[in-house]
Amino acid sequence: MDENIILIKIIDREDQTHEIEAPTDMNMNLMEICKAYDLPVKGTCGGMAMCASCHCYVESEHEIADASDDEEDMLDQAFFVENNSRLGCQVFMNVKLNGLVVRLAQEND
Amino acid sequence: MIETDIIIIGAGPCGLFTVFEAGLLKLRCHLIDSLPIPGGQCSEIYPKKPIYDIPGYPSILAGELVDNLMKQIEPFKPGFTLGERVENVEKKEDNTFVVTTNKGTQHAAPVIAIAGGLGCFEPRKPPISNILDFEDRGIDYIIKDPEKFRNKNVVLSGGGDSALDWAIFLAEDLASNVSLVHRRNSFRGHPDSVDKVYKMAKENKINLITDAEVVGLNGNGSLNSIDIKHKSEGLINLNIDYWLPLFGLSPALGPIANWGLNVSKNSIEVDTLDYSTNVPGVFAIGDINTYKGKLKLILCGFHEATLMVQSAFKIIYPDKKLSFKYTTVMGEVKGF
Repeated sequence: MDENIILIKIIDREDQTHEIEAPTDMNMNLMEICKAYDLPVKGTCGGMAMCASCHCYVESEHEIADASDDEEDMLDQAFFVENNSRLGCQVFMNVKLNGLVVRLAQEND
Repeated sequence: MIETDIIIIGAGPCGLFTVFEAGLLKLRCHLIDSLPIPGGQCSEIYPKKPIYDIPGYPSILAGELVDNLMKQIEPFKPGFTLGERVENVEKKEDNTFVVTTNKGTQHAAPVIAIAGGLGCFEPRKPPISNILDFEDRGIDYIIKDPEKFRNKNVVLSGGGDSALDWAIFLAEDLASNVSLVHRRNSFRGHPDSVDKVYKMAKENKINLITDAEVVGLNGNGSLNSIDIKHKSEGLINLNIDYWLPLFGLSPALGPIANWGLNVSKNSIEVDTLDYSTNVPGVFAIGDINTYKGKLKLILCGFHEATLMVQSAFKIIYPDKKLSFKYTTVMGEVKGF
């Protein structure tokens, strides 16, 4: 497989798992990857951590950079936030995320 | 009845620039927006964010762009109906449209330009299954009349300025009991407000419940208790009179979906010739429309607005000839 491609699993709101290939060399985030695969993620604000429509739960043990203050602030306006909650738009694809498992949070708008 | 040439639904950057391009053709415009200020997403979501792809501006803050657009369209004296949401669009026998807002304000014009972006900004509603049962029966998303909370047992949710400010206001001398529920133990509001809330919590004026969120609503006809899920203490049941979930605003297509337009994936289908919809006289421009190759960019919305007004002119003045002129040739922008 291309060294710049990782495999990640997205579990949608109907509990369907989608195993998809994500490029790591295009500065793409999880929200953009989901949209590229037509998964039901709105990404209303376009990836500025300003709408929470890409709220998701990281279900694997991967190490991801801590959420910024902006991301935490926006999670304050989301619902059913858990310890593993993240905004997809703030999770950028890199080789260390190979095998990442993410569950989409319930929509809040 | 407000009468104009083009009713623009949505006062975001694209709607605002439409006023300019229409003005060059001597067409008058009136803008309607559900937000109380012009600018749409640029004002509501990201006023302090720089935008880098506005031609001629290496970088401009979204809020500045809105200010500049307002200045640019000033000569054309646009009308504004702000803080009102368009509920109904009706076509009359003489082909004019009558547009009515939720507050009953009526507007008439031969052309409508929908520049509604992502839709109307509405309060974010917590996804609790029976929440609709208690709206206006114990749940308010917007506080219009604080007096109704006098001597009542009130719970607020949220971590931003509106939750903090209202908690302070209600706890000072109005409600009998004020609780503030928030998912973590830090707040993103103004530091002064945060300090004050902590101080009032210490004085037992505000019951601060952090690391928690409201997950259940109970009552028969009206709300009388809520279930709070606390990270370490589990479920807490609280008897209350009112719950005020203050989680900001988010956009939704809203009534636009019911106007008989061809809608696909929350966007209005248009002909790229002039961004007309399937309803003659109704155009859709900016983020709200969709066509093959569509990109949701402000600069594309400007282009769409410019082409759209050419067709709008032909609808408004079917017998007049339209001659295209560069603004540089005109020497100055002549307003109304």
